[in-house]
Amino acid sequence: MAIVYEKSKMLTDAPLHYCPGCTHGIIHKLVAESLQELDVGGKAVGVAPVGCAVMAYNYFACDMVEAPHGRAPAIATGLKRALPDGVIFTYQGDGDLAAIGTAETVHAATRGENITVIFVNNAIYGMTGGQMAPTTLPGQVTQTTPYGRDVTVSGFPVRVCEMLSTLSGVAYAERVSVDTVPNIRKAKAAIKKAFETQMAKKGFSIVEVLSTCPTNWGLTPLEALEWLRQNMMPYYPLGVYQDRTGNEKGVF
Amino acid sequence: MSERVLMKGNEAMAEAAIRAGCRHFFGYPITPQTEVAAYMAKKMPKIGGTYLQAESEIAAVNMVLGASAAGVRAMTSSSSPGISLKTEGISYIAGSDLPCLIVNVERGGPGLGGIQPAQSDYWQATRALGHGDFHALVFAPSTVQELVNVVFLAYDLAEKYRMPALLLSDGLLGQMMEPVSFPEPVTQTAEKPWAACGHGNKRPHNIVNSLYLQPEELERTVRERFQRYAQVEREEQRCQEYLCDDADYILTAFGATARISQSAVDTLRSQGIKAGLLRPITLWPFPKDAIRRHAAHAKAFLSVEMNMGQMVDDVRLAVEGKVPVEFFGHTGGIIPRPSEIVEKVKTMAGGDK
Amino acid sequence: MARTIIDEKVCKGCGLCVSVCPKKILRLAAGRMNDKGYNPAEVTDPASCIGCAMCGIMCPDSAITVEK
Repeated sequence: MAIVYEKSKMLTDAPLHYCPGCTHGIIHKLVAESLQELDVGGKAVGVAPVGCAVMAYNYFACDMVEAPHGRAPAIATGLKRALPDGVIFTYQGDGDLAAIGTAETVHAATRGENITVIFVNNAIYGMTGGQMAPTTLPGQVTQTTPYGRDVTVSGFPVRVCEMLSTLSGVAYAERVSVDTVPNIRKAKAAIKKAFETQMAKKGFSIVEVLSTCPTNWGLTPLEALEWLRQNMMPYYPLGVYQDRTGNEKGVF
Repeated sequence: MSERVLMKGNEAMAEAAIRAGCRHFFGYPITPQTEVAAYMAKKMPKIGGTYLQAESEIAAVNMVLGASAAGVRAMTSSSSPGISLKTEGISYIAGSDLPCLIVNVERGGPGLGGIQPAQSDYWQATRALGHGDFHALVFAPSTVQELVNVVFLAYDLAEKYRMPALLLSDGLLGQMMEPVSFPEPVTQTAEKPWAACGHGNKRPHNIVNSLYLQPEELERTVRERFQRYAQVEREEQRCQEYLCDDADYILTAFGATARISQSAVDTLRSQGIKAGLLRPITLWPFPKDAIRRHAAHAKAFLSVEMNMGQMVDDVRLAVEGKVPVEFFGHTGGIIPRPSEIVEKVKTMAGGDK
Repeated sequence: MARTIIDEKVCKGCGLCVSVCPKKILRLAAGRMNDKGYNPAEVTDPASCIGCAMCGIMCPDSAITVEK
């Protein structure tokens, strides 16, 4: 018998600290498998965020840098300018990327920075115990929106892929989900394509992954997947929002 | 050393950084450090380096963090309000044991303050460059030539001790033109086995990080860092003494203020008062050994600064109450006149002699 | 002939693998817990495994190896 599925060599032996059923673990696997299949683990440097994935530096078997909250794209920029042939990625949550780090995200994108951003959108601040995120849905109950997100008070959720797709530096932006096996396969194809975009120096690439937070949503892992389908997918439609990878020089 | 050329402080400092091996500069416009960034923008593309104008001071310092983590000599420069924004990144750089060079061409504060020369960021530079238990190497040159020299030194020591270095200049020094010559260009820098530059499948993965969730591990890490700091304090104190050995009244001043204080010392000497000047070149580590030595014979110290009295705290700590320590200064933009300093010392000495 | 191997030490008993198995041969072990205190997933009928690896793909903790 041959092995048809096993843990990626681009993941370390460290046990993941994520809650049971949290889909961060699935997304970690997709990033690791993509790096492995592209055979770029030796020249990859990842940037971990602040948030649930803060300890991602322990999990990815490539070199890793831990960033201040929201600053991962700036750190990735410094890394990429120093290592132009490196494969540089950030792994960020919604609070990190779309609230405190909005400026770093938007400007790395508009510069066409040759980095890949893995954006995990689970509509909540997980690490700090379930507060409203920039992507929390209207009406969604969180610790800091106990009566549901009131858009007249807290405004509207940010659609990151749609927003970034308007910028000239973005070579590739796709929103995917990891709620089913077919969607996981599509998510992996997107992540792989994002890395290939970077390797071809075609500009900024981002893959937004809809993800669950069973603990802070107060649901079982299976209920959380269903909640994602029922509530997140309508507001955050899956699909490709920008693709300039067909141009020989990408965005430039 | 190269031939002597006439250069502005800010431009000479930028050129020195390039010759010291810096090929990655990340900046954000602010007065009065403008010429540093402009010089880098002009030079870097010609030598295969990176000049990048970031979206903010915060982004710029984090780009420095990223480039330093990759193992290259990186730099950012700013002026006082911009340094406040950079303190987040500086804390992470220190917590990640990364070397780098940060320049503060000081202006007045607090808030927007003013754009004239000032020294009111002494406390920030030596005490409050970010949250947490850490130090940065802090250099305070007083001539354009010394600006050049300390850039080389700052990179070497930052790499040796794996900590950020801050160069404290001011609008006066930055704008001043003086003849300078440059040391030979640096072609090789320290080995960086810790760098996150891609392991090439040849070693375990490197992690550049400042998070230690186990209290014991955090304390062990911070204590190890403080052992390095202790070595820095023992071995890297630098100052220049001018007529201190027989002095009754010792002025302490750094940067541009030291130049004025030196004229005051000459005037006082010509009038029969034995004055001297002790000029710290490193503000951290503070040259407390030299000050302590002179506290044994001096009658009093006078700290002259372009602020409301900041370094005077460190002079008092070093003097340990043995003799009086007084302060004279003006805030940003009002440069102390030698005559004012002379009058102040005469008052300390008990009036005209 | 296929085989699904579950690393019970790593499993957090989230049940995502159980939900995607087309042959319905996975379940969470009701009567026992691993060192972490979770009821680990187990294969009820190894002979029926077709080696599709959907359980492995779905597992957030990389606890599953599939051979075929």
